[in-house]
Amino acid sequence: MTTIINLPPSIDERTFETVLEHLAPIPLDEKVLLDGRHTRWASPYGLTALLTVAQTRAEKPALVSPESEETGSYWARTGFFKHAEELFEMHGSTHRARASGESDVLLEITPVAKSEDVHEVVGRIQQKSSSILVKELNIDAKATMGFAMTLSEACQNIVEHAGRGGWVAVQTYRWQKRLGRRVVVIAVCDAGVGFRQSLESAQGRRMSDRWDDGMALEETVMRGVSRFRDPGRGQGLAGVRKFVQSWDGKFSVRSGTARIAIVPEWDSDNFPLKENLPFFPGAQVQMTIPESVFHD
Amino acid sequence: MINRIDVTCDLYSNLVTRPTGAAVRIVIEHQLDEIGDHALAVLDFSHVRILDFSCADEIVAKLLQQYVSQDFPKREVYFVFYGMSESHIYAIEAVLERHGLALVTQLADENPCLMGTVDGEERQIWETMCELGTGGAAEIATASGLDMDRVEHGLDHLWRRRLVIRQDDRYMSLRGVQPAFPNHSISSTETRPRTPT
Repeated sequence: MTTIINLPPSIDERTFETVLEHLAPIPLDEKVLLDGRHTRWASPYGLTALLTVAQTRAEKPALVSPESEETGSYWARTGFFKHAEELFEMHGSTHRARASGESDVLLEITPVAKSEDVHEVVGRIQQKSSSILVKELNIDAKATMGFAMTLSEACQNIVEHAGRGGWVAVQTYRWQKRLGRRVVVIAVCDAGVGFRQSLESAQGRRMSDRWDDGMALEETVMRGVSRFRDPGRGQGLAGVRKFVQSWDGKFSVRSGTARIAIVPEWDSDNFPLKENLPFFPGAQVQMTIPESVFHD
Repeated sequence: MINRIDVTCDLYSNLVTRPTGAAVRIVIEHQLDEIGDHALAVLDFSHVRILDFSCADEIVAKLLQQYVSQDFPKREVYFVFYGMSESHIYAIEAVLERHGLALVTQLADENPCLMGTVDGEERQIWETMCELGTGGAAEIATASGLDMDRVEHGLDHLWRRRLVIRQDDRYMSLRGVQPAFPNHSISSTETRPRTPT
């Protein structure tokens, strides 16, 4: 039996929860078909999370690509189809990348599994950031260094803790309705062990009665706790959080059944910690930095 | 006599990830192993574009922990971190704070700077040392206007943290230390005897 799940018209961090709600009760060895025919837009989070879904399924899932030429072209430009073809049984139109002035792929979807991949990501973002971040968004060079550092730490989280490979993507685009200006969005998603299980693997660690995914996220993201005993560990995500905050950005991490977020004033997300979400393995990180912060 | 090594950290242009940091630190440790019990190590970061938290922790914090923060460190090694940019400092400040460490950094054409966890009085003593260059506790007490006992205690603590050099009963600042061989990479470090000031 194949279960069909319709992908939302716009796939982002928020709407992807509806996909996970539909997916959660379906046994892993049961076939699913993700129908993206009517999808018109997807954020880096949406695209990397789609790939992550495929990694979690025992039975290779099917994916119907968007009917819209413009959407398909953008997905192609992000490198999505290149990876999706290996993970999904693909159906629908074949799309090719076309140039577009409205959205800029700063880093196309890139697999992250080992330390060398992090070097590759950092090297590539530096090349692109000088041409896009600096010239088009007036971001000064100092900020781009911090941006690359943030990206490095977020990717290392996969290498150090996930136990399986994940994905990273970076894009700039204009949030006309929400902000009326451009933003840079980083998404780093994996289908690994997740924060809770990672912390549970720490030798001699005592869990409180309230121990759950939400608490694991609070420990790691807010307090810099790590499964390693080395006191130098756990600085990465804490550093990422500080960097994003310092630029008035938004930082959110979803793992298991919970999601924690550092929410700036410009965002309408009123729930820094969301719990009892549909279970999804691994960790999904999103960082959003608005254009204006780079203009000081 | 203090042996001096100059290490240009350009094994990688981007110092990111823990394995990279560990690799760089191991090379530095091997070089320190070869130069005797008293050494001044000038680590040049001017060619490093990005330094992330993990790499800063592996290189900077773990080096300092081995050589300056133990009761009986391996040997007497003083470090000067040269050519750090604002983005390097951002990562290094975070790891120093995390471990309660401190270091001396020398920015090009600028005075040396103390980074990390140092209390106000010790910082004042250290800054006085920088102005004097060299001196005994009495001279530093006079110049700083601080009580002699506190200066002696502060100097001893700064020396144990290898933030000032001690030779007999005199102290020397790490002011003015710059890389001797700016183009030499970490794999071809020069090692030679030299006094630091």
